[in-house]
Amino acid sequence: MAGSQLIACHECDLMQREVPLPRGGVAFCGRCGAELYRSHPDSFERTLAFTVAAIFLFAIANAFPIVGVKLQGQVIQTTLFDTVRTLYSEDMKSVAVLVFVTAMLMPAIKLFALTYLYLPLRLGRAAPHFALVFRMLRAVHPWSMVEVFLLGILVSVIKLENLASVVPGIALWSFGALMLLMAALAAVFDPRGLWTRMEATR
Amino acid sequence: MTAPVTAASLGLLGCHVCGQLSRGAAHSHDACCPRCGAPLHSRKPDSIARTWALLIAAMILYIPANLLPMMYTSSLFGSQADTIMSGVVYFWTSGSWYLALIIFFASILVPLLKMAVLLFLLVSVQMRSHWQPVQRARLYRLVEVIGRWSMLDVYVVAMIVSLVQLKALATILPGPGAMAFGAVVVLTIFAAMAFDPRLIWDPLEEERG
Repeated sequence: MAGSQLIACHECDLMQREVPLPRGGVAFCGRCGAELYRSHPDSFERTLAFTVAAIFLFAIANAFPIVGVKLQGQVIQTTLFDTVRTLYSEDMKSVAVLVFVTAMLMPAIKLFALTYLYLPLRLGRAAPHFALVFRMLRAVHPWSMVEVFLLGILVSVIKLENLASVVPGIALWSFGALMLLMAALAAVFDPRGLWTRMEATR
Repeated sequence: MTAPVTAASLGLLGCHVCGQLSRGAAHSHDACCPRCGAPLHSRKPDSIARTWALLIAAMILYIPANLLPMMYTSSLFGSQADTIMSGVVYFWTSGSWYLALIIFFASILVPLLKMAVLLFLLVSVQMRSHWQPVQRARLYRLVEVIGRWSMLDVYVVAMIVSLVQLKALATILPGPGAMAFGAVVVLTIFAAMAFDPRLIWDPLEEERG
């Protein structure tokens, strides 16, 4: 019986019986209040759709300049990777690595892993090394910080306004939209549903 | 309501990664989740010792992160070194009080709060405290959510340094404070990951016998 499966709370280890949820409902642990699972309408399709959209935005956000500074007719623009390279050459290698990992590498791995897990399943079969990629996705999760990076861009833009006129680039808007998509992804991603679907293909 | 039953008391292990329950000894070292293959532990291994180590390292680095300059600015009007706090003061006096608040919150308050909460959780768990477990569980969740926002100042330094390259007008170089501050953020995130919130609830089980 699928409706009466036992689950352990991931935060306090309490055993609880799984109850069926209404559409959009969320189940919380009866003891510590942690979120146990949620029922999202069309979670699977939405996760895949948001992921595909996020990949395009992520590509644009990395390929185009984020902001430009206009000074005496000269415009200096910077892309995300330029920023990392400048920091690296200014002898701030650890900060450069930190920015590269949290703003570029981790979001990229996250989007890659989601596509790798969801797309073949959508076509009815599980990708090889499914479990390995799933573990990678979970490990990457706390280190992808697109939303913090966006706030960082905005603060630095306001800081530089006193010095020169700042021109927002295409990538700034893409990062804004990417942040919203990442938040939407976090809301609809359902690891339990993913595993149920994966096991159904066996 | 019947007495609460934990997975550990039934000899079951919940996978940290995918949530799958499986049968296994609580202290075995080579068990793997049958579904996703992640190593299985009843509680995170050496949770308290690891959290202490990471937390103490973060606390030590928090001092240079605040005292050393994040950025060196040299322009026609002279040169200056900015620490986190002088940045906050600069925004406050120049009228951008909302920016001052954002930076104060993200760079000074959040790391302090995070370290204080982890310290409190560690001490209360080690004293096997029964005090307000629900509130302590909430504190832990709060720390996990807000911790990442401290990365803000690192990104601000990165963006400004790479944009202000015009040597004629001003030169901005990153300072050693940025490195220390980045290390504090990373160490506190690792510390929060090493801490096992289940330890908050374990003393309550043993009471019942």
